[in-house]
Amino acid sequence: MLFNTIEIVRDNWLLLLIGQYPNGPLGGIAATLILSVLGIVLAFPLAVLVALARLSRWRMLRLPATALVYIVRGVPLLMIIFWVYFLFPLLIGANVPGFATMLCTLVLYEGTFLSEVVRAGIEALPGGQMDAARALGHSYPRAMRFVILPQALYNMLPSMLSQWVSTIKDTTLGYVINVPELTFAANQINNRLLTKPFEVFLILALTYYVVCFSLTQLATFLERGITTRRAGPPMPAQALVVAQ
Amino acid sequence: MKGFDLTAVLLNAEFSSMLARGLVMTFVIAVGSWLLAMVLGIVLLIVRLLPSRLAGGAVAAYISYHRNVPTLVQLMLWYFGISSLLPDQLQGWLGEHNGEVIFAIIALGLCQAAYFSEDLRSGLRSIGPGQTEAARALGHGYFGAMRYVLMPQALRNALPALVNHTVSLFKNSSLAMAIGVAELTQAVKEVENESFRTFETYLIATILYLACSLLIMAGGALLGRRTSLAGAR
Repeated sequence: MLFNTIEIVRDNWLLLLIGQYPNGPLGGIAATLILSVLGIVLAFPLAVLVALARLSRWRMLRLPATALVYIVRGVPLLMIIFWVYFLFPLLIGANVPGFATMLCTLVLYEGTFLSEVVRAGIEALPGGQMDAARALGHSYPRAMRFVILPQALYNMLPSMLSQWVSTIKDTTLGYVINVPELTFAANQINNRLLTKPFEVFLILALTYYVVCFSLTQLATFLERGITTRRAGPPMPAQALVVAQ
Repeated sequence: MKGFDLTAVLLNAEFSSMLARGLVMTFVIAVGSWLLAMVLGIVLLIVRLLPSRLAGGAVAAYISYHRNVPTLVQLMLWYFGISSLLPDQLQGWLGEHNGEVIFAIIALGLCQAAYFSEDLRSGLRSIGPGQTEAARALGHGYFGAMRYVLMPQALRNALPALVNHTVSLFKNSSLAMAIGVAELTQAVKEVENESFRTFETYLIATILYLACSLLIMAGGALLGRRTSLAGAR
């Protein structure tokens, strides 16, 4: 079985890596990574806007943002893919390739989940930060822009990395609408070989594992660094006694 | 394009019964894999708490695999891959007895067990060591301390995470359509193909999913309020 597995990798590594490119669309790991990176990068501004709207004083902003978060959190990603697949071409009046459909879905879905991360990051800051910024004469937008968001976003770096891992895992659902990516490539190989499904899907699972595990480790590493840095230099014993 | 008409799908006996059967199958998969995940999650937690490094490492590897591989790929590995390694007799039996449903429950349950186990573990870790010491000092054995002192507090702390993961388990049941399970999402595809009423069909399914998810979230919030302690936050 091990021999079979190695042989399949040897024969198909190019398909797993870049799909049928340059004779067809880019696929494989390359497409998975590009899709997830574009998805998370484009989702980020949406996430900040939704988070700010949810924390806003105005109900006009707060209610729709809250509704959006609850709807997207309560509906399977697959249903959202179907909606985008159906509505996106109607809205722009042209055929939309699967890649763009999937990207649009990911931006909406991950952006909404990321907005909860951003909101948690902002709310985790001590209230004194906003008060101090306002007392120094900053307006609310300027206080957000120069005082709150830089701190909140820095603290959230590990969570954002985890969200990227989630995005990579979610790109697999593009398989359902035939987006050429890694899962799609593995199914192509499986359909051609027919007799070795276990080996093919084991390779697929291990590939995802290697990619996602490295990123998860990086997130843990970052988190440790950020926690130490936020804690500041170690307090001298004298100060500790006074503080207590 | 026809005008918007929900009744064309809802009042059509064939379409509405297809959707209803799909919803029932979604519940079967969600409840089945939830039970499997909860039992296995607790077992994993107990094994991880054993003083053996080997057992701890094995559970950590299990959790790491299930959290870093996409759920859809895990489903495919079970349904297409692992099923092909089974003896022919068993394969035949599974083929006749809705093997895809069984594999969907196994795959989703095993995957979610990793998350449940981690939720419970962080719930347990958030309790100070003083609790264990006090329980032991009061004469409780290891299991008595777990049962009466530590677990009630751990469950209360883990509740929000458990509810979140229950919602995602419910949503993930839709992935079973990729291996041919006739659950709600699959039923939606079929009704849409036959009725040509895409918008209405998607809307009905979305509302069904959303209602169930919100019910789970509301149930969790209610449970959280009932189990919270006065004065604690």
